[in-house]
Amino acid sequence: MWFEQVLFFIAGIGALAGALGVVLLQNPFYSVLSLVGHLLGLAVLFLLLHAEFIAAAQVVVYAGAVMVLYLFVVAYIGGTDDPLRPESGGVALFGPIFALAVAVELCIAFISSGLQSLDTRGADVGAGFGSPGQIGELLLTNFLVPFEAASFLLLVAAVGAVVLARRRRGLEEI
Amino acid sequence: MSATSYGWLVLAFPLAGTLVIALGWRVLPGRLPGWIGTAAIFLAFLSAIGALFDLLDQPEEKRQLVDSAWTYAATSDLHVDLAILVDPLSLFMCLVVSGVSFLIHLYSVAYMSGDRGYPRYFAYLNFFVFSMLLLVLAANFVILIVGWAFVGAASYLLISYWYRRTTAVAAGIKAFVINVIGDVGLVIATFLILDKVGSVDFLPVFDQASDSFGRNDGTLVAACLLLLVGAFAKSAQLPLHTWLPDAMEGPTPVSALIHAATMVTAGVYLIARMHPLFELAPTAADVGAIVGCATLLFAGTVALVQTDLKRVIAYSTISQIGYMVMGVSFAAYGAGLFHLMTHAFFKALLFMGAGSIIGAMAGVQDMDRMGGFRRAMPFTFLTFAVGALALAGFPLTAGFFSKDEIIAFGLHRGGLYAVLAVLGYIGAFLTAFYSFRMVFRVFFGDPVPEALELERGHVAHGEPMNPMTGEPEDTDVGFPGPEHHVAERAWPMKAAMGPLALLAIVGGYLAVPGLTDVIEKFLEPTFQDSRFHDTAPTNGSEVLGLVAGGIISVLGIAGAWWIYRRRPGTTARLVERFPRAHRFLGNKWYFDELYDSLFVRPVTGAASFSRRVIEHNFVQGTIVGGATGIVRVGTSFARAIQTGYLRAYALLLLLGAAGLTLYFLITSS
Amino acid sequence: MDITWYLVLSAFIFAIGVAGVITRRNPLVVLLCLELMLNAGNLALVAFSRMHGGEAGQVFALIVMVIAACEVVIGLGIIVAMYRNKLPIDIDEMSQLRG
Repeated sequence: MWFEQVLFFIAGIGALAGALGVVLLQNPFYSVLSLVGHLLGLAVLFLLLHAEFIAAAQVVVYAGAVMVLYLFVVAYIGGTDDPLRPESGGVALFGPIFALAVAVELCIAFISSGLQSLDTRGADVGAGFGSPGQIGELLLTNFLVPFEAASFLLLVAAVGAVVLARRRRGLEEI
Repeated sequence: MSATSYGWLVLAFPLAGTLVIALGWRVLPGRLPGWIGTAAIFLAFLSAIGALFDLLDQPEEKRQLVDSAWTYAATSDLHVDLAILVDPLSLFMCLVVSGVSFLIHLYSVAYMSGDRGYPRYFAYLNFFVFSMLLLVLAANFVILIVGWAFVGAASYLLISYWYRRTTAVAAGIKAFVINVIGDVGLVIATFLILDKVGSVDFLPVFDQASDSFGRNDGTLVAACLLLLVGAFAKSAQLPLHTWLPDAMEGPTPVSALIHAATMVTAGVYLIARMHPLFELAPTAADVGAIVGCATLLFAGTVALVQTDLKRVIAYSTISQIGYMVMGVSFAAYGAGLFHLMTHAFFKALLFMGAGSIIGAMAGVQDMDRMGGFRRAMPFTFLTFAVGALALAGFPLTAGFFSKDEIIAFGLHRGGLYAVLAVLGYIGAFLTAFYSFRMVFRVFFGDPVPEALELERGHVAHGEPMNPMTGEPEDTDVGFPGPEHHVAERAWPMKAAMGPLALLAIVGGYLAVPGLTDVIEKFLEPTFQDSRFHDTAPTNGSEVLGLVAGGIISVLGIAGAWWIYRRRPGTTARLVERFPRAHRFLGNKWYFDELYDSLFVRPVTGAASFSRRVIEHNFVQGTIVGGATGIVRVGTSFARAIQTGYLRAYALLLLLGAAGLTLYFLITSS
Repeated sequence: MDITWYLVLSAFIFAIGVAGVITRRNPLVVLLCLELMLNAGNLALVAFSRMHGGEAGQVFALIVMVIAACEVVIGLGIIVAMYRNKLPIDIDEMSQLRG
């Protein structure tokens, strides 16, 4: 048990640190790298929750492919330091305070929700829980419509990206 | 067939003619629409004669026949039928209307043949005859009002027949507006009568009138005065006469038919038809008599100085209808209607002659430019002179007998009526004078170029233009055609004018005092309930009146001869001597100007005031401006939120989500 | 570890994402912060799935990842187009929607 607890804290602190890095680092290039660390930490947490397929997808698709896409774009537009005007005081102060308020509110919501099993380690699950086979079966049976809808959404997004990024016609005509 | 069946036929033929011409104008070639229209009216006339014979077969007390086609409305207190009343009065009117209309249709077939709107003209004209016959045949107030309004509409259509001529359109609107004033009077009078008597059918109303109303009952006097408003508007009596001279903008046969012979006599018919009511309200009848007398004097003086040929005849018409209104208000119904009939003959004839002259003058109507047509147009001269003699009341012509019968009746009744009758003699002098002023100025003197050209065998052609304003025009549809015809060269015009000229002479022998009383006798079943039924001047006094009338007429003609033939410069000297009087008469007693400043200017002033103050400040400023102001203030808040910054939108979204969560937290705990 | 721990962690990650979206002006970083928020949601979904012992939550996490991918593609496309049109890479500059 202690192993699991140690792993949770290591991964959780890593994920939090990665998240903070994304927001606080000035250079977008480092922000992206920080997000990769955050995603890896999350993948570990998914594993702890018996979500093996999600964890694998997180690492391969998210931390791998999507983040590479980010890096390409950052490289393309010049991953220099943030070349922007400094923030005005109001938003810079208000943003973190509001975010803290949201976090506190959500924590209160979770803790005071009265769900009995929140304080347990979860239901007893079989060995195959969260395995690719199980998820795949669900996707093709109970969740076929969301699955197809998601795939259609991907297609639309791909077409949209092509339209947006075409060389001859850019943003001004849209 | 019964008289009422003939009555329906009288209505059916003109209506059928209207529909056939109006729907078939594309396929009917040439003059065919004119002949269809003429035939329809002729058949109506024959039907009226059929009804006449049938009615004469009935015993006298059964000569008031009502026939209903169907029921319009039947509620507890109101019963309205589409019903016609065939009695001597309505049949008399039918005969006059359809007979004169037939001749005028015949005249129009030739006279209007140069016009591009030929089928439209005959559709309108047939529609007018239908409306007029509906008016006189109506058996209740509702149908009467329908016919009354139809007649006004037909008059409007025909006055504005040349619809591209601005003055004609303005004249049509003027006539329609003034006629509507009359319609309103008639409708309100109907409401008053319905309220008191509880019926809109003529015969029950007349029967119960003496039970429902006392003598000079306030409501009845009000109703009768409102009826008089309707009659005055239709018959162009003071102060609602201003539309009739302007109505001369229509084609000349229209002036002959509608604005001389038939429609304008509708008011006379109305008063005669309502005689049981007017006899119960002598105050209203007195008003009618006084207004009629004032009108005949007023119009006679104006006719003295007008130079437009048609307008002179128009004022003469107003004046003669003044006699009729005066006559029927005296309770001299037979005499008034007799004058109505003879006037229809000779006034239609005069207008036809005027149309012939205007055709010869290529559209010019100004008497100052006419002269010497005697040799160029012998037929027109002869018939016009006969018409003028009859109008002047020259001894042994139709007008001689009819006009003097009215005056004699007035003298016989005495008092106020005698005064009015004496004034009627002054009007007779004026009538004789202006009638022969026309004759002498148009037919005598040196021939004008147009007359000389006609003598050489050509009809003068002028540039098409508006005779009132001199604006140039073309001859396409909506304007007068390239030429109008002269009676000498178109047999239908001769065929129409000849019988009328004959009637203008012999029409009077229907009622020669002491010898014949055909009209009185025939109308007796309608008027036998009159209190003045037995009141009639003795033959001796009537003959005396005739002699006086004849002398006055001859004096008037002689005066005109003296001034216009013997001493041609007299008029110029008179104008020089009395410029103010001449201007006063030339401007028709300033009635148009008076109405302009009394009604038109205040209304346009009030309208422009509302435009400037109410519309601008109140509507635009307060209501519209206030509403936009509220919206603008409201949207300024909404606009403040729409900063355009993406992050602000995100923040708002999150604030909303956080707020919702907070709400659920608070409510769930 | 109790499920509560995971949920609290996800709440904090979400809040960090919110702070980033509100304060950062580089659209690229804003997109990254959106990823953070989505991932926080994913973590909560997976945690609840574990709590219930059913895999529906995991399936939805997967679909959220798909949506995140779509969003990334479009967002990056816009950024590239902005760059190509020589617009400043600053979301505050794109404020034509101002009322």
